[in-house]
Amino acid sequence: MGASMFRGVPWLPLLVIAAVGVCAAGGEAILPFDANELDLGIAFKPPFWLAGGDMTNPLGADNLGRDILSRIMAGSRVSVIVAFYAILFSGGIGAVIGMIAGYFGGWVDTLLMRLIEIQQSVPSIALALILAAALEPGLSTVVVVIVLTYWAWYARIIRGEIMALKGRDYIAFARVAGVGTPTIFVRHLLPNIFNTLVVLATLQVGQVILFEASLSFLGLGIQQPDISWGLMLADARQYITNAWWAITMPGIAIMLTCLSSNIFGDWLRDRLDPQLRQL
Amino acid sequence: MSGFFIRRLLQGVISIIGASMIIFVISRLSGDPILMLLPNDAPTSMIEETRRNLGLDRPLWVQYLIFAQNALVGDFGNSYRWKMPALKLILDRLPATIELAMCGLLFSVAVAVPVGVMSAVHRGGWIDRIGRVFAMLGQAMPAFWVGLLLILVFAIKLNWLPAFGHGSWSQLVLPAISLGWYPVAAQTRIVRSAMLDVLDSDHIRLSRALGTPERLIIWKYALRNAAVPLLTMLGVYFAAMLGGAFVVETIFAWPGVGRTVVEAVFARDFPVVQAGVLFTSILFVMSNLLVDLSYGLVDPRIRNGR
Repeated sequence: MGASMFRGVPWLPLLVIAAVGVCAAGGEAILPFDANELDLGIAFKPPFWLAGGDMTNPLGADNLGRDILSRIMAGSRVSVIVAFYAILFSGGIGAVIGMIAGYFGGWVDTLLMRLIEIQQSVPSIALALILAAALEPGLSTVVVVIVLTYWAWYARIIRGEIMALKGRDYIAFARVAGVGTPTIFVRHLLPNIFNTLVVLATLQVGQVILFEASLSFLGLGIQQPDISWGLMLADARQYITNAWWAITMPGIAIMLTCLSSNIFGDWLRDRLDPQLRQL
Repeated sequence: MSGFFIRRLLQGVISIIGASMIIFVISRLSGDPILMLLPNDAPTSMIEETRRNLGLDRPLWVQYLIFAQNALVGDFGNSYRWKMPALKLILDRLPATIELAMCGLLFSVAVAVPVGVMSAVHRGGWIDRIGRVFAMLGQAMPAFWVGLLLILVFAIKLNWLPAFGHGSWSQLVLPAISLGWYPVAAQTRIVRSAMLDVLDSDHIRLSRALGTPERLIIWKYALRNAAVPLLTMLGVYFAAMLGGAFVVETIFAWPGVGRTVVEAVFARDFPVVQAGVLFTSILFVMSNLLVDLSYGLVDPRIRNGR
């Protein structure tokens, strides 16, 4: 361990992730401008390297003269919150179901696997559409949709791991020694799948961010006046001919964040759980 | 052999029934459908009567059976907005969606096969490296943003291709690329690893030893074997295209199922949403079923064991 633990750490992606985290945690306090403040005098102001742009609004302004940099920084908050809750719940529910299916086997396993198959027979975006039609769109609906989409992914992989672990001698010994089932789950199984869970969660971050952006872009996710990168793109689409930067900058924010978390996730997987490489 | 097919077919049917249950339960979450059918000032007696007529006073599972029975004969009710049967509306839009999904798939395969083959042949070379960078980028860009960038560059700045509409080949190019962009990375990886395996096999070494031209070895003998994993996965990618179509159709004003359902969501046009989502799910299950069946055909180990 020690120094070798950090060998090959992808520093640049980590820096991007840290920056997104700081923006999300800092909230309004660290924004250059109020993200929803209108200033029609600087509407369609280009970024600093173009004629008419300057460092006051380095990434330019949108159709209502709102500072794009401030809005991107504010939008990171939604991405982080959605990613946190979506991963916590889909990972938690998926892990519990996967552990139960893998450990008990038999009809419990058959039933749960059928449930997973059924869940995966509805395309996730279609599930999101029908949920959004039924419930109020908003941050919690986005989280619900992502949890409903991803729990099965966790459950399937965790089930496989548990099935392999179950046959190990130490589990059999524990059972013979009279250790209760809940204790076996928490003390003996959970620590062994922990690395897998961490890797899956990291690899899911990018997908969650893309999913939230797509839903918000369609108008089914985050609603005004809350700020999300997908929603910014939906806005900017209306005046795509006037300000190309308004459609490029939030997209670059999405891309850099996803790229960084994917690269970091790959690195973590190679470190902690190389068997998951086929993912 | 036939046991495998029947078992898998049965699983497909169960999946579709399950999907219809999910769709039914979620749409009932939105509240009483009666209130959407009748005017706000309808008298209580009229509400009660309609409720009885539609069977909405019965237990939920009976209601589901009524819904399933109607769905089986293709009756999802009339669209609130278009005043026509919801299923007909969806079926009318289906060809455009399939056209788009097919072209998206064609684009992704047309890029993935040559890049995958060249990455395997020149392993670690510049094509391999550039391919990997593009794959990382592809996985990090949402389809709708790719679509917007394409519109920005090719429709607005260069004015080469139209930004929306349906009918001519030129209108198909940008939507197909945005839809096919995302799976390119995964497909390239499949072709690359299959190619690496095949190039290492005995029959290819034998062909080399016999002096067969390298081009023939790579593009004919090796690719023919390496294409199998990709071919069997095509159903999965086609199914993924159907999901992606919801977003891409909306950006390019493509008159398909996806855009129709998205619009129906905003209009709270439930019959259309239900018909559209259930129909997409059926196509989705069928594509996945075809994949499994084709695996069974190719690999006897799968159809015999578990």
